[in-house]
Amino acid sequence: MAESNLTGRVVGIDLGTTNSLVAYMEGDAPVVIPGVDGTNLVPSVVALDPVPAGGGRPTVTVGNTARKALIETPERVIYSVKRLMGRGLEEIQDELRMFPFRLAEDVEAGEVPRIQLGELRFTPPEISAYILRQLKRNAERFFGAPVTQAVITVPAYFNDAQRQATKDAGRMAGLEVLRLVNEPTAAALAYGLDRAKVGTIAVYDFGGGTFDISILKLRDGIFEVQSTNGDTHLGGDDIDNLLLTIALDEIYAEHGVNLRSHPGAVQALRKAAIEAKINLSTEQATQFDIELPNGDRYQREIPREVFEMLIEPVLERTAGPCKRALSDAGLTPEQIDEVVLVGGSTRIPAVRQLVDDLFHLKGRGKKPHTELNPDEVVALGAAVQADILAGASKSTEEMLLLDVTPLSLGIEALGGTVARIIQRNSTIPASATEHFTTGVEGQTNVAIHVVQGERELASDCRSLARFDLKGIPPMSAGLPRIEVKFLIDADGILRVTAREQRSGQAAKIEVKPTYGLTDEQVESMILDSFDHAEEDFAKRLLIEARNEAETILAAVERAPESPAWAFLTGEEQAAVAAARDRLSAVKLGEDPAAIRDATLALDQATRRFAELMMEAAVTTAIRGKTMTEAGENLGEAVTAPHAMAPAEFK
Amino acid sequence: MLKVLDSAVPIACWSCSIGHNDSTLFCPHCSKIQPPPGGDFYQVFGLDRRFTIDLPVLEHEFHRLSRKVHPDRFARAEENERQWSLADTALLNDAYRTLKDPLHRTEYLLKLEGAEIGEEHSGKERKDPSRVPADLLEEVFDLNMQLEEMRMARKMGEDDPALEASLSQAKSKFDGLLVAVDQELVAQWTAWDAGDATVRKTAQKTMVSLLDRRRYLSNLVRDVTETLGSTTSSQR
Repeated sequence: MAESNLTGRVVGIDLGTTNSLVAYMEGDAPVVIPGVDGTNLVPSVVALDPVPAGGGRPTVTVGNTARKALIETPERVIYSVKRLMGRGLEEIQDELRMFPFRLAEDVEAGEVPRIQLGELRFTPPEISAYILRQLKRNAERFFGAPVTQAVITVPAYFNDAQRQATKDAGRMAGLEVLRLVNEPTAAALAYGLDRAKVGTIAVYDFGGGTFDISILKLRDGIFEVQSTNGDTHLGGDDIDNLLLTIALDEIYAEHGVNLRSHPGAVQALRKAAIEAKINLSTEQATQFDIELPNGDRYQREIPREVFEMLIEPVLERTAGPCKRALSDAGLTPEQIDEVVLVGGSTRIPAVRQLVDDLFHLKGRGKKPHTELNPDEVVALGAAVQADILAGASKSTEEMLLLDVTPLSLGIEALGGTVARIIQRNSTIPASATEHFTTGVEGQTNVAIHVVQGERELASDCRSLARFDLKGIPPMSAGLPRIEVKFLIDADGILRVTAREQRSGQAAKIEVKPTYGLTDEQVESMILDSFDHAEEDFAKRLLIEARNEAETILAAVERAPESPAWAFLTGEEQAAVAAARDRLSAVKLGEDPAAIRDATLALDQATRRFAELMMEAAVTTAIRGKTMTEAGENLGEAVTAPHAMAPAEFK
Repeated sequence: MLKVLDSAVPIACWSCSIGHNDSTLFCPHCSKIQPPPGGDFYQVFGLDRRFTIDLPVLEHEFHRLSRKVHPDRFARAEENERQWSLADTALLNDAYRTLKDPLHRTEYLLKLEGAEIGEEHSGKERKDPSRVPADLLEEVFDLNMQLEEMRMARKMGEDDPALEASLSQAKSKFDGLLVAVDQELVAQWTAWDAGDATVRKTAQKTMVSLLDRRRYLSNLVRDVTETLGSTTSSQR
């Protein structure tokens, strides 16, 4: 892993509602990079540790460790923050009802909402930045080199503000976001990698918090999206909430216990609900069995039929977007050659049945694609796109992704109607040029309101931004001719430029995004900006290497106490001592690579000792194991943790 | 405006300084990406101005140019090349979107040729009764009455199968008229593409009025479809 020149690698990141992953291209296949605990999925959960005894800022943990804190200190933990990304206060009322998000008390309308976590407050992009930073560190640990560039996936149906918020989060985490890629398109890339196909495919992406459908045409390595549709507030979370609500109501009715006032108990119940849901994908029935705070037990059986009846309205909400996407692409279900299933919720049999019905699969002797792990496929596709952008690999040089904008772009016209300037499902980058003039004598400002959405009235669409064209030379009303160019870039984010044509003067534009952080705000929220610096990265590697050295030295220190030690020849004992002394000396130096090498040498020198110890402890000797591995299997004999176990950096 | 819209005006490549025509996305000499050219959508694809287009050829050319010009190919390039790649790709996409669609292409070329035509995608509906094609006046009047009746019946939660059948019948009739308009448009394309200045002038005029008629008819069909659609869905 410690190859010399791996800097400049671009990683692919799936920043999910429930789980997040980072992947990269190894040769010509994308691979997920495991986290410190060896698992691929990093739960999108962020927790604030208790305030340190001496005071100061508490540290932030991410992933499985954070999830453990969910039941004990729910007020210091946040999950599903993706639901809040790029959204204003008035848009998240539903979320606030269904999820234990605690808004800071002083949040006002028009501001980016801030979440109260213990004694601190964070904007949604900051929370996401902590998740991204964890993934960045996992990748850096894996490569032994800094990672500064990434492709991040977003739901295809994310609007401008949600995309911008995701990009902001990347910047805060010290990542240059080379591209935002739509999740279903990424999945198509992951599937399309090993087979140059011609055909039309539909990607049905039902994740933890969002639903997307995309229809693509594949030809000679070009992935051309024809149409996309979806719902950014529809996912497995909604199914969990259904089960949770029923359980809470029944507990209240049968036992008189209102768990809603016990956040920790609600979390435990939610966990049980998720387990029940997962069980029902393979079992015909499942059990709820929860001990209540008053000692009672809440026990309930849920047969699969009941579960399916319960979730039908949620699943049915995915049908509309699928039909609209087909109609926008001008296709009938029969014209879809293949369907790809993405997202954990597609494991539910009822979802598969619905997809089968929507695309008339069974009648045509077809089955949806599920070969790739639905939890990982988006990250794998992001890694493919990262490789395309890096432009360094033969395997992706023929591939090109042509995506579309999910929502129409319009400007508010007289009477509050919307004049559409870029239609939904236009291939991006896309542009439109509009001309504006003044209505009053000598007017020097023109205000433009840009909206996103398909409704006729601007007030029914999503307000994107208000632009003020300033510095128009004073002229008679109607005389200035201001050319405004709207451009949706390859990330699906709007850019605007303007020019007064008669004077040739570039009009100044003041962009007031309706929802979102200003550049200065983002700048001030960059997580430990030293993350950028090479020297600090080296510092971190050094600390990590020293910790590893300490661990194995401590284990070797206690080696003579083990009966196995006596079985080593004098020569072998001397070799261990030499390697130990060498590591003790090198450890004081500043070179992490040298320390790692010496650590490895000591680990090798103790190989036979580890084997002997295994033989002594268990009857079946495990040959070829190093002390490190033996230690893992024999926690009792060697108390040190895995010598190569990562140090925690906070 | 002093800018002469003549593609023969040479422009110097920013990279190799050799002159080239202002209609190319790439320098023919050093292959470097160029700032967005000043030509029209046809020039982006190196096509002559014609209404009839070979769509598979257009698609193939779109893919070939996309591979070269797309921002994905310039992710790590210098800032100015990245900006040009973005602007050039937007132009390429806008051009492809316009030319591949028969109606957008017809409107676009008519405009290039100086014809004044109504805006198709301004989001404004055309319900101006004076624009009703003369031969359809009576039928349109009847149809609008029926539509109104149907909406009222819906609101009251009533079913009127006779009215529904009559509307469906009207819809198929107008659908048929739409097909006829499209066939006539294609005939005019062919005439224009092959004709001299006089033929083209006549064809252009005919196409402008055909487009007006088409717009009117498709709005009508859409209204009927919507009204009928809401009927069937509320019956479920």
